[in-house]
Amino acid sequence: MLPEIGQFALALALALALVQGVVPLAGAARHHVAWMSSARYAAFAQFLMVAIAYGCLTAAFINNDFSVQYVAGNSNTLLPLYYRITAVWGGHEGSLLLWVLMLAGWGVAVATFSRNLPLDMAARVLGVLGLVSVGFLSFMIFTSNPFVRLFPAPVEGYDLNPMLQDPGMIYHPPLLYMGYVGFSVAFAFAIAALLSGRLDAAWARWSRPWTTIAWVSLTCGIGLGSWWAYYELGWGGWWFWDPVENASFMPWLTGTALIHSLAVTEKRGTFRNWTVMLAIITFGLTLLGAFLVRSGVITSVHAFATDPERGVFILAFFAVTIGLSLALYAWRAPQVGLGGRFAAWSRETMLLLNNILLVIAAAVVLLGTIYPLAMDALGAGKISVGPPYFDSVFAPLMLPLAALIAIGPLVRWKQDQPVRTWQRTRLAVIAAAAAGAVWPLFYANWSPLVSLGLFVALWIVLAIGLELQERTRFAPTALASLKPAYLGMHVAHLGLALLMIGVAMVKGYEVEKDVRLSPGETVEVAGYAFTFRGTIPQRGPNYMADRGTVEVARGGTPVTTLYPEKRTYASKRGMPMTKASLDRGVLRDLYASLGDPLDKGAWVIRIYYKPYISWLWAGCILMALGGLLAASDRRYRVAVPGKQAAGAMALGRT
Amino acid sequence: MRRHFTRTLRGALAALLLAGAASAAANTALLEFDNPEQESLYQGLVRELRCTVCQNQNLLDSNSSLAQDLREKVYDQVRNGATREAVIDFMVSRYGDFVLYRPPLKAETMLLWFGPLLFLLCGGAVLAYVLRQQKNRALEPIAAPEPPAAQTDPKPNRKKRRRGK
Amino acid sequence: MVMRLAISGVVFALLVGLFWVGLGLNPRELPSPLVGRPAPAFQIPDLFDPERQVSQADLRNRVTLLNVWASWCTSCRAEHRHLLALRRQGVRIVGLNYKDDRAAAFGYLESGGNPYEIVGFDQSGNAGIEWGVYGTPETFVIDRQGVVRYKHVGPLNEVVIRDELLPLITELERS
Repeated sequence: MLPEIGQFALALALALALVQGVVPLAGAARHHVAWMSSARYAAFAQFLMVAIAYGCLTAAFINNDFSVQYVAGNSNTLLPLYYRITAVWGGHEGSLLLWVLMLAGWGVAVATFSRNLPLDMAARVLGVLGLVSVGFLSFMIFTSNPFVRLFPAPVEGYDLNPMLQDPGMIYHPPLLYMGYVGFSVAFAFAIAALLSGRLDAAWARWSRPWTTIAWVSLTCGIGLGSWWAYYELGWGGWWFWDPVENASFMPWLTGTALIHSLAVTEKRGTFRNWTVMLAIITFGLTLLGAFLVRSGVITSVHAFATDPERGVFILAFFAVTIGLSLALYAWRAPQVGLGGRFAAWSRETMLLLNNILLVIAAAVVLLGTIYPLAMDALGAGKISVGPPYFDSVFAPLMLPLAALIAIGPLVRWKQDQPVRTWQRTRLAVIAAAAAGAVWPLFYANWSPLVSLGLFVALWIVLAIGLELQERTRFAPTALASLKPAYLGMHVAHLGLALLMIGVAMVKGYEVEKDVRLSPGETVEVAGYAFTFRGTIPQRGPNYMADRGTVEVARGGTPVTTLYPEKRTYASKRGMPMTKASLDRGVLRDLYASLGDPLDKGAWVIRIYYKPYISWLWAGCILMALGGLLAASDRRYRVAVPGKQAAGAMALGRT
Repeated sequence: MRRHFTRTLRGALAALLLAGAASAAANTALLEFDNPEQESLYQGLVRELRCTVCQNQNLLDSNSSLAQDLREKVYDQVRNGATREAVIDFMVSRYGDFVLYRPPLKAETMLLWFGPLLFLLCGGAVLAYVLRQQKNRALEPIAAPEPPAAQTDPKPNRKKRRRGK
Repeated sequence: MVMRLAISGVVFALLVGLFWVGLGLNPRELPSPLVGRPAPAFQIPDLFDPERQVSQADLRNRVTLLNVWASWCTSCRAEHRHLLALRRQGVRIVGLNYKDDRAAAFGYLESGGNPYEIVGFDQSGNAGIEWGVYGTPETFVIDRQGVVRYKHVGPLNEVVIRDELLPLITELERS
């Protein structure tokens, strides 16, 4: 009964999304107040319907209703309750439903917090969101229905992939989708601006907090995914340039360019066309990502097991949406003025260069990701493009970008002198160069590339430090009185610098060792002694495991004990799975995982020494924190009553 | 037995990312090598070569029996003194270019390897264009101070970034 | 500016077109670099007579199909009747038993029928590597001069046999 209710709710949601999409846009075109006001109600109602559908699917999982095909394919009676709830988004259909739920949720958020937006702008934004929902809901209802029944219902389900039975599964997809969907909101604002002909600083100010929150979500989603892969997979790796990973990274790169472009548009009224274009491109890349992951055109461990027929639908959706957006842009953009002037050496130029580099980076990732497909399509053979390619072309782009981050905030808006900038930053440059040259010496062999990476990252850190010192002398009251947007910028940049330091050190100096150890034997890695003490059998809620004990000591004193496991899940997906054991530290991680069992209690064990890898995760957290700080700035939330009417009138011109 | 191998960032950049979604575990039992260069060569190759039956994993991460066989083949050849080119040639002549994660530089892959440079040149051109446009605006006769939203140039201006480039 | 818009429009259209074509492709299918080259050298014992060796020399003088199979391979069972039919039509098929167990292989052929003139027993999988085998079943077509002309990955079916294999075999036998 419940699945049928869910299906019905989805159909209603589609109808409501259609209303939300068409009526407010028509109302905005005709200045029909009632139609425009309907947007909010339609958004609320649509969310309600989607939530009901989602609730029905979740209930089916909780109740182990294997007569629903999707539940049978992704769950199991032995699965613990919290994983049954997260298994809802473990496969294609359910994750799509989650996406739609988030889209509807963001719609409600926009409807609720858009009081200080002119009615026609709010109507247009919600209208575009409604149309996007129409696309996704149609895709679900017509090709990927999660409520399809399975007769006869199997007694036991196929189980959620054991690798997904991990806390990471609880956070990673929802945050990732929050990010993707959030950029739909940025897209909606951009289209609304094009439709209304109002593309100005006020529009940028409305758009910014939404876009920043979307960016924060995507940052967390990607960072969490990377962290999860690192501790879950047992390989110590955290980024493989897999097509699906790239699909999430590309919108992040252009999304970063977008939030910076929005900053310029708000402050100086320039870059308006860039901003709109970036919003369209970022949203387009999220659709492209969905296409790559769900159509079967690329091979990836992350891809959902879907088929080309669904791919056709998403491709059509992508083509229509972006095609129409580009056409709209072509029609409206020429009428937008250039905005404030700026000199060749100015903050605007720094940000322009920053955005150009970010877009190039995204283009490079796209090139590498689709090149094998392109060659195959043209009959030129089949190749693979993997980490060796991406690492060699990506790093050279990041270094100049980092340098820009270091000096950008020091350059004045509109006009500045290079000499003045040099004076403000030369201390940081020299100190960073010295530290960057010296720091690697404490580790194994000195590497010029590591040194270079450290130099630019430290330059950013020192530049921020000097800047804050100048403004506040680090007095707590002065720090607290800094505007959140300003502080947020520095925190986020600092986060990126820490991430770069982490990447440089880990890739330069990590140590990995595979050893055959019998109980009692010791191996030495990076100055730590790892002693294997054998394994004992363990039982989990739905698996059997061999739990190993590895004692770690340094210079004779015990440091920690690691407990790597080898699990075999009871369900049909009975492949053995490694659970690595980590000792996390500020300056290094120690990592052990079990390989294959040998005779007489000996095992193959993999041991890692990972210096500074925590700085990667700390960097991601700081970036997200910085973004949140920036989005929380009061000027986005305060709507002074009288100003709204005046603002609406002032915005009459382009 | 103390073996402590370190990598330069160059070597790491070439091959080191190990995230793959296979479960199971360490795929290289303690292997003996004549010297650190051989070991480094093996470790590098086994990360640069793709497992043809898997869903995007290198030979190191994969647990399939073919990956195991191929790892053994690479090990045997490296132990017998084969160069990197020789091992790669062996694999490519049997499985094609698909098996390389670092795409070879040939006519068909020129655009791939030089594309980034091309993008940089385009980016430079865009920057030059915008800066020149701004300079030209400065040379115009000074009229009333311009409000940020008004149009100043007679011809329609569009700063446009090409999609994806 | 019109030029710029036209360029982005073209890029966008190309991208969509590329993905459209891509939907019809199979990313898992690998073309073989062996096609057009002489059959690779290998030497493995005969499945039925361990004293006798099977090598690339056995693939000459007649147009031959080399079929890579194993008793543990479920897809191989799907194509088995097609192989038997081809054998009845007079096509010469040599088998390469890949990473299998002798007894299991015997049982498979006994119960299902034996379409092969000779079967090589590649226990280690090394011969398979020489042939670039990455998934059973695989079928190669080799001409009289011992040159590999065609490779099919996956089980054979009526369409492939009718549209690709038989016409090729006929053409090679005529030359």
